[in-house]
Amino acid sequence: MKRYEPILGLLLAAALVAAAIAAPWLRFVLTIALAKGIAVLGILLLLRAGQVSFGHALYIGFGAYTVAFLAPRFNDGVLVLLAAAAGAGLLGLVVGLFVTRYRQIFFGMLNLAMCMVFYSLLEKLYHFTKGSDGIRVEIMPIAGQALDRVTYEWTVFGIALGLAFVLGFLLRMYLASPMGEALAGIKTRETRLEFMGVPARGILLSAYVISAIVGGLGGALIAMTSRHVTPLLSYWTASGELVFIAILGGAGGVLGPFLGAAAYELVRVYAAASFADAWQMILGTVLLLVILFAPGGLWGMAARVLGGRGR
Amino acid sequence: MSEALLRATGLSLAFGGVKAADGIDLDVMKGEFLAIIGPNGAGKTTFINMTTGYLKPNAGEITYDGRRITGMSPRAIVKLGIARSFQLPQLFLEHTVEQNVALAVASRHGIWSPLVPLLRPGYREEARDLLARFGLSAIADSRADALNEGARKLADIAMAVALKPRLLLMDEPTSGVAASEKMLIVETLVNVLRDAKVTAVFVEHDMDVVERFADRVAVWSQGRIAALGPPGQVLADPAVQREVIGIERHATPPGAPHA
Repeated sequence: MKRYEPILGLLLAAALVAAAIAAPWLRFVLTIALAKGIAVLGILLLLRAGQVSFGHALYIGFGAYTVAFLAPRFNDGVLVLLAAAAGAGLLGLVVGLFVTRYRQIFFGMLNLAMCMVFYSLLEKLYHFTKGSDGIRVEIMPIAGQALDRVTYEWTVFGIALGLAFVLGFLLRMYLASPMGEALAGIKTRETRLEFMGVPARGILLSAYVISAIVGGLGGALIAMTSRHVTPLLSYWTASGELVFIAILGGAGGVLGPFLGAAAYELVRVYAAASFADAWQMILGTVLLLVILFAPGGLWGMAARVLGGRGR
Repeated sequence: MSEALLRATGLSLAFGGVKAADGIDLDVMKGEFLAIIGPNGAGKTTFINMTTGYLKPNAGEITYDGRRITGMSPRAIVKLGIARSFQLPQLFLEHTVEQNVALAVASRHGIWSPLVPLLRPGYREEARDLLARFGLSAIADSRADALNEGARKLADIAMAVALKPRLLLMDEPTSGVAASEKMLIVETLVNVLRDAKVTAVFVEHDMDVVERFADRVAVWSQGRIAALGPPGQVLADPAVQREVIGIERHATPPGAPHA
């Protein structure tokens, strides 16, 4: 199954590009889907260790606001992306030092709490954040090139796709490395790791920092695409959305988050357009069906079709 | 067998009113195979847990190679060369047997390599080689949660051996192993350990295994060492036969819970 992953990745990328060309309005939706997929890679890492974070919208929001604050100063898309990644990584280190002491429901809830604290700060510090009005993000030059709107949108789409590839590739290697396999060992026998001389908490913390970095990148891309940031990016439902996408896509491989995010955004857009009042119900039904009939998510289904296990 | 590799002096630990260790003095000599026997609840596993840093004694100290290790973390103690296996095998259940052992191999070299596969040639060969010596080659690709008890036990010990310890503590290495395979397994194990010049301490309930493989036997009773010496001498002692071996042979149901 692992062999097919790069090929399937290329096919998925080709499908996304084709869809974005065929229907220009989809370009926006798909860029958001790629950004969320990148963030969900972090959820996937933590799921490997058996931990579910209900607070990773913290890093989405942090990355997005980093772009909103720094874009006027840096005036370059590449620089703000780097700043968002670095800042989210640092924040992840600080928060991670605390939350990686805990496991299971405590880990999940503490992340949720951190996320909601951040949300409240975004809401209340009106002077800086403009509260729930949010901040507008102007089109910015990318790598020194001033771009018109359409070229800018294509460029951000391209950056999102490129990052998805590079990060997916790196995390795929990471998961098969001693560090990644030890991370998965936390799920089943954490104490054994200690008796092998492996610092389990350090392993989880490093994964957490990576998850924060990809969360920050995802948030930055969302801000650059939607060009408007609000505290809602860090609301708890946004954290839940990431977990939702992870389960929908399947945690067995790095393509899962992107399959999940694309399916999620497309179902949402089409369901909202066709049944304005019922789209959440449709999404809920889709998730229920996945949990009941395809516990490995969309990736697990694809793996089964190709004849192999999802992992 | 001249100097002590591990020395425990006056080790004491109480759980509530129960004295799991009540002034244990014990020297484990370099290169020896020391068997620990005694009834359930005598504090045998507690001794292993204290030596490996999982439990901290209330009093007394443990030195390893002349260095005080009392109160150190399990991780730090492993780094010094003390490994253990478990009465209930502690395997990474969603990994294959080969991955389990390879992780132990990798942990020796430092686990912090994020971009090279775990099953890289060097680690994989070492893991495969070890599994072959334990007779586990056929199940190298099986997931750990799919193994029978005997195979789990061996894989658990193989993981400990993969850490290349100088001192290996094994908690009931043969419990759960079918009687017909037991001697063969211990034979294999002893050969592996002798080749690697590992000093071993093992808790054991099977007196035939003890007689055949131990250099010395320590008899545990209510947190104390009741007798210590060569197996021929200790196991022939009428008091030991009455109080310990009698209990071991008749009163202990297989797989009974154990302190």
